[in-house]
Amino acid sequence: MALVDKVKLPKPLSWLLNFGRARSLWVYQWGLACCAIEMGAAFGSPRYDVMRLGVIPFPASPRQADLVVISGTVTDKMAPVIRRLYEQMPEPKYVISMGSCANCGGPYWDSYSVTKGVDQVIPVDVYVPGCPPRPEALLEGIVLLQERIQREDMQERWRGEPIVVPPSTSSSTRVPAAPNASSTAPTSAGAPAVPAGSAQP
Amino acid sequence: MSPPPTASALREQQAYVAAQAADARVNVELDTGDMTLNIGPQHPATHGTLRIACQLDGEQVISAEPLMGYMHRGYEKLCEVRTYPQCTTLINRIDWLGSFANEVPFILAAEQLMGVEAPPRAQWIRTILFELSRIANVSLFLGDMGVQVGALTPVFFAFRDRERVLNQIEEVTGGRFHPNFDRIGGLKDDIPRGWIAETHAVMAKMRGFCDEMEDLLMGNEIFQTRCRSVGVIPGDVALSYGLSGANLRASGVDWDLRRDANPGLAWDQVDWRVWTHPDGDSFARYWVRLQETREATKIVDQLLDGIPSGPIMAKVPRIIKVPAGEAYVSTENPLGEMGYYVVSKGGLGPFRVKIRTPSFSNISVVPWVMRGTYVPDIITILGSLYFILGDIDR
Repeated sequence: MALVDKVKLPKPLSWLLNFGRARSLWVYQWGLACCAIEMGAAFGSPRYDVMRLGVIPFPASPRQADLVVISGTVTDKMAPVIRRLYEQMPEPKYVISMGSCANCGGPYWDSYSVTKGVDQVIPVDVYVPGCPPRPEALLEGIVLLQERIQREDMQERWRGEPIVVPPSTSSSTRVPAAPNASSTAPTSAGAPAVPAGSAQP
Repeated sequence: MSPPPTASALREQQAYVAAQAADARVNVELDTGDMTLNIGPQHPATHGTLRIACQLDGEQVISAEPLMGYMHRGYEKLCEVRTYPQCTTLINRIDWLGSFANEVPFILAAEQLMGVEAPPRAQWIRTILFELSRIANVSLFLGDMGVQVGALTPVFFAFRDRERVLNQIEEVTGGRFHPNFDRIGGLKDDIPRGWIAETHAVMAKMRGFCDEMEDLLMGNEIFQTRCRSVGVIPGDVALSYGLSGANLRASGVDWDLRRDANPGLAWDQVDWRVWTHPDGDSFARYWVRLQETREATKIVDQLLDGIPSGPIMAKVPRIIKVPAGEAYVSTENPLGEMGYYVVSKGGLGPFRVKIRTPSFSNISVVPWVMRGTYVPDIITILGSLYFILGDIDR
């Protein structure tokens, strides 16, 4: 892959490489708190089955992983460990922050021992809101990350420069993930999507 | 006079002597004491972020010390700056697998201080949801214990069947994970139509799941070899370390708060029994939890048939102010005795809350039980003790 950071790849080739990268993400499961169980349900349960997206949840060590899902409360005692294990992951690496706690502290926003967001410690690519997010929300987050990888400029990624991902140009632009900010949303019948322009009663 | 040894026999003999000498040399050279093995804080077998520092002598554990605090979120302090209804939102998240069961003792303590009692219908539905969260909690253990000994299949079955129970909880409470459904004086809502029949069907499926685990795991020879007479905790040691729940019952102590100190829920209305096992090893802990899951499905089935009619909410003021006083209420949660000591000074929120969580006491036995075990058994014993990190660190 030494060519990637020196030469501007022809578009079909970079599309192909990105296609492959996006669909063989090895994810390191970072079970911290409640969200770990929902992550386990997304990765381990037959109902959600994350492997159909090409995500392989079995690396035993961060050194084999492309993606890490930080799921749960990050405490000040845990934060250095997270930083250290993140640094052990090989480039290019991606981070999904799952749940309110990892996003911003969540229900522990005034706690003395909780880090208010994992993005204070490591850079985050996709935030999945919810407390805890349903497994479907995590899958949506993974799909969003895959789209992002698909549109990435590999040269920039390999050089480690700040990445500006162009917005999606396809007609089927996705709405950002996970409208269910709370687990108490009525979901058994499927949460009705509210159109952007509809007037609230 | 024996004939002189042949050349090949001589060579064999010399090789044998040389091998013995080499072994002796290696044994002297390899001073196997004083090796430190650090497990965690990020390890799949620790259910979160427990760290265990083990001193090893070869394969044998000299001492194992659990190091906690990686998941400390300061519940007791946070409860002091929340009102009573806000507290239950936090308390849901202590033992995140059996969320509804966490709310009940806290709400009961607040009700005791206020002198309110929930109507019978609310108590019955509380008990049903309590047992459902026990099933959701323990069924994951039943599958996860397979992973600890190297069997991957059971955990998929556990996740599959656990979803059914979560569906039922979600249908009543709206939350599949953290219901936040219990209120002081009753419940937020009544059960929806058709729920009782559906739950009967799910309970039958969960009994099937228990049978499946019995066939798949408990009858498995490898599982038995890994778990039988491993990590034995005698009854008196278990009592002196303050173990509770299935860990205590697996050591042969007949102790269950649902039967012995029922705080007003509907357990005394139905026919069920407490399971104990005399062995106290990892296998006994698994066996007791499996029987309890089965028993819980039967409790739910009986309770569903007898829900009394009536209101689900007692008369409580709109803004809840709890009169000054102290109360301690504990219940038999999926992991063991969970108790809340609530001190009120008459304000909108508690003045002080002390939370007695089962996992904290349950892993206090780890240094005792780990001494002299082998490295692969560390994970098995930890898995069979079944703790949840939020429950340890709070």
